[in-house]
Amino acid sequence: MEILISVMIGVLFTVSTYLLLSRSLLRVVFGTLLLSHGAHLLIITMAGLQRGVSPLLSLDADAYTDPLVQAMVLTAIVIAFGVTSFILVLSYRIYKVHQTDDLEELRGSADE
Amino acid sequence: MSNLVLLPVLLPFITGAILILFYKKRRTQRVISGFSAIGMLILSIYLAYYVYQESVVVLEVGNWPAPFGIVMVADIFATIMLILSSIVGAACLFFAFQTISKEREKTFFYPFYFFLLTGVNGAFLTGDLFNLFVFFEVMLIASYVLIVMGGTKYQLRESFKYVIINMFSSALFLIAIAYLYSITGTVNMAHLGERVAELEQTGIVTVVAVFLLIVFAVKGALFPLYFWLPRSYYGPPAPIAALFGGLLTKVGIYAIIRMFTLVFNHDVAFTHKGIITVLAGFTMLFGVLGAVSQFDFKRILSYHIISQVGYMVMGLGIYTPIAVAGAIYYIVHHIIVKSALFLFAGATERITGTTDIKQMGGVLKTHPYLAWMFFITALSLAGIPPLSGFFSKFPIIVSGFEEDQHIIAGVALLVGFLTLFSMVKIFQYTFWGEQKHTEEQAKIPAGKMLLPTVPLVALTIILGLAAEPIFQYSMDAAQQIMDPSIYIESVLRGNE
Repeated sequence: MEILISVMIGVLFTVSTYLLLSRSLLRVVFGTLLLSHGAHLLIITMAGLQRGVSPLLSLDADAYTDPLVQAMVLTAIVIAFGVTSFILVLSYRIYKVHQTDDLEELRGSADE
Repeated sequence: MSNLVLLPVLLPFITGAILILFYKKRRTQRVISGFSAIGMLILSIYLAYYVYQESVVVLEVGNWPAPFGIVMVADIFATIMLILSSIVGAACLFFAFQTISKEREKTFFYPFYFFLLTGVNGAFLTGDLFNLFVFFEVMLIASYVLIVMGGTKYQLRESFKYVIINMFSSALFLIAIAYLYSITGTVNMAHLGERVAELEQTGIVTVVAVFLLIVFAVKGALFPLYFWLPRSYYGPPAPIAALFGGLLTKVGIYAIIRMFTLVFNHDVAFTHKGIITVLAGFTMLFGVLGAVSQFDFKRILSYHIISQVGYMVMGLGIYTPIAVAGAIYYIVHHIIVKSALFLFAGATERITGTTDIKQMGGVLKTHPYLAWMFFITALSLAGIPPLSGFFSKFPIIVSGFEEDQHIIAGVALLVGFLTLFSMVKIFQYTFWGEQKHTEEQAKIPAGKMLLPTVPLVALTIILGLAAEPIFQYSMDAAQQIMDPSIYIESVLRGNE
């Protein structure tokens, strides 16, 4: 299971790198989105995947899922959510002001 | 009594939250934020005094014992950084009262200013790697808003790059934390230090160490990841640029110094003397070459941030107590001087209406105080005795020669020379020569604007003249962080 997820994380990172290097504003934003998804999945996977038990440790429990990573990944997701919504608004403003969503055309305008 | 450690985080946070409620009332916002900034300064000095008596003060949040709960740790190094952040925070705030536009004041400038300080102070105090990530994000989100505030074409374009680069490095930070957690099973820094020592820092741990170095190098603007800095710091107005230039990159440097003295200190030959020293050399050289080639006041200063970040990291790379003490002293000197210079750039911009030094001239005649205060600070930046710049570069370069790191020490000397060159260039173009601004502009009073910078200029003189006790203080801080067992013992076993 860990191997499968690791391969998936690898694919996510590859796709996000491709998107980050593209010319469209929105694709770059999607690139960061996928990158943070990959990072979140990696945190969950790195602690070891456990099936069929809850992240609660009681005295008679013989197995449990690591609760710390779940707490961490929840925090990270919330942060990524906030930053993503910010950058979506930012890209919209850039599109409105510059009248383009092509990063190549944004470069070196004579407004400095 | 250890609850005191949390106050430098809580005070700006609560202030920021209260300020949101008064976002339309400029006067109320100014009164609240002014008092809060001064309160923070007093608090951080008291905390530094308290910590100096007690060695290391630890707060276990929610009374969860150390490796399980989040800890806030204040040692001497952290409290030095806290004092600096509150000094610069107060100075830039009072400068903002004079210069910031009404629109910014009414669009949540002050709340985000304090949220930024919350993140910065939290990053200095936390003793937990994941919590460090969270405070980094608090700081970064506030900085995204502050850097784009105003929404000009230039700002929008540059802050998009700034946000993307920082999001990318935050994702790398998460990945590094995930790897480190799977290797050691903990994210508490003291516990990490202990576990990594048990593992004797084998290959894979060093890989993660370099991974974390990359993350902090992006935030701290080290070679080759500094390219975002000069363009994005050019956009925002002077008080914000001064706060960013003085404080933000130094949070990355603080994290590097913290991680590479506390946790990853077992493979010094490779990580410190190899990678970090080489990076420091290139950072200094390319930063200063960038500054020499520019003719824009703010851009020159931004490139100098990069070159001086190199000195701090060089002190860590040499890794003797004197060199690390020099690095700490250099951070103190740099934060104060760099913020002051950015504020002077803001004041000259207000007078002449431009930041291009070729279009300025003769400011010395119309605004002599501004010119001479800039002159003192610029000399201090270049490292002329008896100002603070000299006494902070001196221990770093001397220990470079003592440790037979001749090349890096030579580079540092050359960079000091080029710094002097570009500072004199600014002075020559801006303050000397024929007056290029109009008579109306010459009548703009600079006195009120300069008032907040007076303490900063005074501090750089004091730090130079009273170098002995202040160097001793940085030496205490350096010895404390060079001996990680003090930190680890106080966090894991308690210091009752």
